[in-house]
Amino acid sequence: MTERAQMSEPAQMTEPAMELRGVSVNFGSVRALQDIDIKVYPGEVHCLLGDNGAGKSTLIKVLSGVYRPSKGEILVDGKTVTFRSPRDAQELGVATVFQDLGMISLMSITRNFFLGREPTKSSLPFSRIDKERANTIARQAMADIGIDVRDPTQAVGTLSGGERQSVAIARAVHFGARVLILDEPTSALGVHQAAMVLKFIIEARMRGLAVIFISHNIHHAYPVGDTFTLLNRGRNRGTYAKSDISRDEVISIMSGGEDLKAVEAEIAGLLAQIGSRPPAAP
Amino acid sequence: MAVVEDKAIPPGELKATDRFGMTSKRAAGADERLASTGKLTQWLRRPEAGAAGGLLATIIIFALLPGAANLYSLQGSMTFLTLSAELGIVATAAALLIIAGEFDLSVGSMVGFAGVVIGLTVKYWGLPLWGGIACAFAVAILTGYLNGLIVVKTRLPSFIVTLATLYILRGLSIGITRAVTGRTQIPYILEGVPDPATAGIFNGHLLTGLFHWMGAQGWIGTRSDGIPFVAGIPMSIVWWLGPTALAGYVLTQTKYGNWIFATGGDLIAARNVGVPVDRVKISLFVYTACAATLLATIQVMEAGSADTTRGLLKEFEAIIAAVIGGVLLTGGYGTVYGVLFGALIFGLVQMGIFYTGIDTDWFKVFLGIVILMAVLVNNYIRLKALGRGGGK
Repeated sequence: MTERAQMSEPAQMTEPAMELRGVSVNFGSVRALQDIDIKVYPGEVHCLLGDNGAGKSTLIKVLSGVYRPSKGEILVDGKTVTFRSPRDAQELGVATVFQDLGMISLMSITRNFFLGREPTKSSLPFSRIDKERANTIARQAMADIGIDVRDPTQAVGTLSGGERQSVAIARAVHFGARVLILDEPTSALGVHQAAMVLKFIIEARMRGLAVIFISHNIHHAYPVGDTFTLLNRGRNRGTYAKSDISRDEVISIMSGGEDLKAVEAEIAGLLAQIGSRPPAAP
Repeated sequence: MAVVEDKAIPPGELKATDRFGMTSKRAAGADERLASTGKLTQWLRRPEAGAAGGLLATIIIFALLPGAANLYSLQGSMTFLTLSAELGIVATAAALLIIAGEFDLSVGSMVGFAGVVIGLTVKYWGLPLWGGIACAFAVAILTGYLNGLIVVKTRLPSFIVTLATLYILRGLSIGITRAVTGRTQIPYILEGVPDPATAGIFNGHLLTGLFHWMGAQGWIGTRSDGIPFVAGIPMSIVWWLGPTALAGYVLTQTKYGNWIFATGGDLIAARNVGVPVDRVKISLFVYTACAATLLATIQVMEAGSADTTRGLLKEFEAIIAAVIGGVLLTGGYGTVYGVLFGALIFGLVQMGIFYTGIDTDWFKVFLGIVILMAVLVNNYIRLKALGRGGGK
């Protein structure tokens, strides 16, 4: 499976919402990404999978406007764009929920939700933030994707990891994101909370968003994903529709296949050694 | 219970408790572990709660000590309020900057330098008072802008950048004044100016009619000529409370205030959602420099002279008032009302120790203890605000 697999067209024959063409990123002599081509369609969950060091984080930063590619093009709705900052990307409807969430824990849910886009009562400088409206909208936007917020004025720091992730997603969806980039949204979460976040990903997809879901956990990515792009050592190892690839195949490619078998054999050997001894009392 | 399967479990098949007696999080509805918070707890979680409590304690302590009658007399009150005002003007600005995640150690030197600018331009260039004051504010805006620009462009800690400004401004004040006048003070600034009324905006009193009337009624003490000892509310107090109220409004009610919290709370996150963090910081450096210049103007108008050593250590007193007031030194949290209480505690203790006859050498010891207590209380309150025992 080392050679590039045939790209299978997704169900939608529409224009990709976002596309990378031949994108490379170099940091000095380090080639973090080489010649990456990716197409993401509306109403599609596109999973970027790869082990640590595969280039996932760099790729997200290119998609979200934090880094500019050394080579290649970014297209949004078929038009070539240049992101000078994450703000530029947002203006074009490309919203990113970073792993550290971009939430300010000492500020309230509403203040975080509207940060940078506060609704004011008039256009004068130093006019009041319309707090009532902001609270109502924030609560409603979160209710829309199925989160019940007890009190939108409570500090974000009081929320659980899953809730914070949900607020970040709700914020991105509310402010008109058409491409939603989620960087490891489930990695730090418990089972229940991860399930909640996966549900929001499905909700976002059903609303016609293009979702780019970065993960190294195949058990989270496989159930919700429509398309899988596998990254390894800065290169695209192939893009597959779900129907064309099984979970085990994905795992195998992600971990570099051979490596995993070697690790398994090693573990089996260890277990065989320990196996003769009785387990410790429960 | 394996929730993350390829097919989600239909909600209908969920039972509130499974066979292990575990409550399903999905079926449980509202979290029963969430304790309701009372009004008192909510109030105690406010950042200024600690400072308000501290102020109350300070008032009571000095009420029980000898000299309380003098301290809390109208005259005594005005004296400590004026002291609080002089600190508060600068501390409010310093607090906003700290909330935005930066320090300005140059405010004390700025007080001295702005005074010198007014003194030299009025006395040696022959400018009217308003012209001298305008020059001082122009210098302040430039200084604040440069402080801010260097900090945001180089990303050096503002502590170091403004420490440099502290020395540069103090050195310039002394150097220029001595070069021009041969001394380190500029006396008799108000004499012979074309617009003496301008000084009244800064050194006058408010409600003089009311105080005169109260004196005539015998309610407040008067001199032999019938003029009350306290002619009215000193303008310094007005210049403290007015801008503080405005700053409080801006911080809590406006978009810009939200950006101040965000800039100090998490710079990267704020920048990523499009908050102009550099502009926020630079504008606040300009504000602290202007606040220092306002204080300098008041001092020059009250004393009629400029002194190159004015404002010495004001930067630290301002930070102390902010910290006592519940502002987090690491940024992102605080209120200006807390700083108001912090400045009041500061002024009250300074005057209180004087009136009680305690050796004023002890003021610094007391101050140190108050700072330590304030920081401990603030830390506790912040963790409470986040509703947990340990913070990150």
